[in-house]
Amino acid sequence: MRAQTWKNSDIDFKPGTKITGKWYKNQYRIKGKLGKGAIGTVYLCESGGKLAALKISDKGTSMTVEVNVLKSLGQVQGTRLGPYLLDVDDWVSPYGTTYSFYVMEYLKGESMAYFIKNHGNVWVGVFLLQLLEDLEQLHQSGWVFGDLKLDNLMVLSSPSRVRWVDVGGTTQKGRAIKEYTEFYDRGYWGLGTRKAEPSYDLFALVMVFLHIYYPRRFEKTTYSEKLIYKKIDEVKPLQPYRNPLKKAIAGKYKTSSEMKNDVLQIVYQAQNKSRLKKKSNQKVTNIPFYIEMGGISVVAIGFYILSLIF
Amino acid sequence: MKKGTLKQILLITDGCSNKGEDPAGVAALAYEQGITVNVIGILENNQTEEVGGLKEVEDIALSGGGVSQIVYPEILSQTVKMVTRQAMTQTIQGFVNKELKQILGSNQSIEDIDPEKRGEIMEVVEDLGESSDLEVVVLVDTSASMHDKLPTVKESLIDLSISLNSRIGKNRFCIFSFPGKRKDIQKVLDWSPQLNSISEVFPKLTSGGITPTGPALREAIYQFGKKSLLRSLRNESTDVEEFGY
Repeated sequence: MRAQTWKNSDIDFKPGTKITGKWYKNQYRIKGKLGKGAIGTVYLCESGGKLAALKISDKGTSMTVEVNVLKSLGQVQGTRLGPYLLDVDDWVSPYGTTYSFYVMEYLKGESMAYFIKNHGNVWVGVFLLQLLEDLEQLHQSGWVFGDLKLDNLMVLSSPSRVRWVDVGGTTQKGRAIKEYTEFYDRGYWGLGTRKAEPSYDLFALVMVFLHIYYPRRFEKTTYSEKLIYKKIDEVKPLQPYRNPLKKAIAGKYKTSSEMKNDVLQIVYQAQNKSRLKKKSNQKVTNIPFYIEMGGISVVAIGFYILSLIF
Repeated sequence: MKKGTLKQILLITDGCSNKGEDPAGVAALAYEQGITVNVIGILENNQTEEVGGLKEVEDIALSGGGVSQIVYPEILSQTVKMVTRQAMTQTIQGFVNKELKQILGSNQSIEDIDPEKRGEIMEVVEDLGESSDLEVVVLVDTSASMHDKLPTVKESLIDLSISLNSRIGKNRFCIFSFPGKRKDIQKVLDWSPQLNSISEVFPKLTSGGITPTGPALREAIYQFGKKSLLRSLRNESTDVEEFGY
């Protein structure tokens, strides 16, 4: 066995580079870099005229684990939870080093923060519900997302739907969370364990929405719970949902459907309120309509009387 | 498959040893006894990674069959967890590799298997990493230059125990600092499943001038022996103890 030290032996592909798999011989042409994470770099590539995302890394072990997750998510029935996995292979560099890579569906969208800024706060409720729905499905199939954060979410267009782009942190229920980001991690805030359970994801979900309105995040203090509550209260677009958000921070929801029901309740109430408002508006604006109706009836009756006379 | 206990020594230091036997040699001894030695070298903020003293960090981990990483204090917490988990996977993968070699012939290792099968093997490795019991002796260098880094070290260790205790497998930690008062190492915390209690102990650590890394490692190895002796004694009287629950 060989001791491993982490060095930055990352490869940097220039656009136009061709990569051929060692095992299955599929060929990919690199078009550009999409992003870089703790494990590997993601490139936009083209194969057979189709665009795809290719993730490559020298950390074979971690890559294999990620592929396993993507495969299991592919088996979850119903909506697609993660990107679709297209190919898994190794690539041997001209210097003889072996890298692991996998190719997945290329999801093109915009960041959730940017989308909400451009399209209005009504989307806060929509995305909250969409994410809770997806989480519910994931949890029911025995998994916990783990590294749920703003960077791992993307809004795809027509119809606008938020999707997960990186499922590398997804962990089987009951185990220790594999990958996480401090700001989103309840362990960091001293508000719970790092055991993979639904409430871990729900905590991170609240932090996702806080991160939208606090782009520079905020630091922990001795009274984390109070601080986060205060931060929720201070954001106006989050006000309607503040109760379920706080309950999620406190770890009071055992499942995402519990939280979803609470959020739905709020959305319905808000809807009724705005409809009532519209109705009362209608009463005022209806007066000309009644006058018109009255006028028409007077003319009609006039014609009727005339028809009786002649 | 019987799940064993993974044994690790985690050495946190900021430089060169200057007293006693060669630490890399002692680490090799540890490895021979089934104990992995991981080393984290902490840099000063104005230091670059090319400092000579930190070459030792890599050497110790290499002969100790473990993982080494040289970091700035800010990312210590993250690194401590990464190093520990990585070393666990590495050890288990080592076992699995050995088994594979017996089945597939001596030239085969995980990398030589196609990605499909590799996935299945990694699932087993992951399962074992999640459910194996883990024992870690943490060895903290408290020589003078480490003084202002100790609060960060403390935070990282508490955070490590949060992460490891979220696993299915059991954990035991003990912490030693070196140099000790008139001794090579000094006990900070005896074998315990949680590290929350170290908050009170840590600030009281005094820092000394010498860095006897080799002798300290030797003492750390001894801690595992002491415990297994205790456990075998306990196992003999299990029947009696069961009534206590």
